[in-house]
Amino acid sequence: MPKNPALIFLAAFLVNNILLIRYIGLCPFFGVSTSLNTAFGMSAAVLFVMLLAAWVTWFVFHLVLLPLNLVFLRTAAFILVIATLVQFVEMFLKKSYRALYSAMGIYLPLITTNCAILAVTFLNIDYRYNLLQATIFALGTGLGFALVIILFSALRERLDYAPITRSLRGYPIAFIAASLVSLAFLGFVGLFGLSL
Amino acid sequence: MNERHSRWRYLTNGIILENPTLILMIGLCPTLATSITVRDGLGMAAAASFVIIGSNVVASMLRRFIPNSVRIPIFIIIISTFVTIIDYTMQAYQPALYRVLGVFVPLIVVNCIVLGRVEAFAYKHSVLDSFLDGLGKSLGFTLVLFVMGTIREIFGAGTFFGKAVTPAWFRQYPMLLMIFPPGAFILIGILKALVNKFMKKESL
Repeated sequence: MPKNPALIFLAAFLVNNILLIRYIGLCPFFGVSTSLNTAFGMSAAVLFVMLLAAWVTWFVFHLVLLPLNLVFLRTAAFILVIATLVQFVEMFLKKSYRALYSAMGIYLPLITTNCAILAVTFLNIDYRYNLLQATIFALGTGLGFALVIILFSALRERLDYAPITRSLRGYPIAFIAASLVSLAFLGFVGLFGLSL
Repeated sequence: MNERHSRWRYLTNGIILENPTLILMIGLCPTLATSITVRDGLGMAAAASFVIIGSNVVASMLRRFIPNSVRIPIFIIIISTFVTIIDYTMQAYQPALYRVLGVFVPLIVVNCIVLGRVEAFAYKHSVLDSFLDGLGKSLGFTLVLFVMGTIREIFGAGTFFGKAVTPAWFRQYPMLLMIFPPGAFILIGILKALVNKFMKKESL
């Protein structure tokens, strides 16, 4: 895994794109990529929570779990921290930033079980990233998620009007389209020496 | 419907009619990511089955003691306990498999199949029924992983469970695409289309 911040960003953003190359977070990917508006709302919410979650879990792991020798509680601790964090963010936005809340509020509860968020926090620990590297990794991953989900929702809006055989309509054609987009993303492998 | 009949339905529903991956379209990430070979796919299926059945049974046992308003956090604790058990067990006894599955083992905790079954079924049914339901859903999940793993391994590497089953020329130049992510997406798209075509049930 790269250590240089620029390479970490590029790897997370394009080469090891979380949706198309790592296959994490596929449920919201196919669930909300049906229109551009929902895709924007979802990706804003994911990016925001991903950054916050990366910071909070990094501190929880390095300041609480490691010193107390409780590393085996990582899974339980992280998911509870993220669930609480999402609830807290939701309440805060509802009270203080109404416009932001109406844009991404309905997606926030869904994010608790978004595997992309949890995966980023686990990978930050597995790759032994420091706080700066973890932030950049979360930023790159969140932006990569947004890029793909927005591109793909534009594609799916067109697919709705295409004459497609009955049994391929809906999910199957979405999977096949995802396969082609994923093939395009495989072309980034080798960029600045980054591998899968 | 008599009781024995409905029990049997709890078990069989999850395998085909309510197959978690191909009909309900949940738990996609591990299905695509770990079906590169049959062995990896079945390893993932075993880990997920342990968590699904275990948390279904425990949540059902405790269903009278769990207050309705805080049930989700409690379910998550139950599930993450089982995930931690299987995580450390695999790390200790199957290190090679664990290295391949990587982050997908701890990610079982957010697999929609697990929380979905606990919330929708185990919280309202008896321990035996919940066990059967968990077993059925696990078998359905295992079936899809087995089918995908078989197809991807045979086409992508020319082997089955690591044994050569295709001519040497094919193994020298296999369809590498099937090993890579695009192959996984296209394969599940085709499987879903076949399900739509032959099950005559609107499941879009």
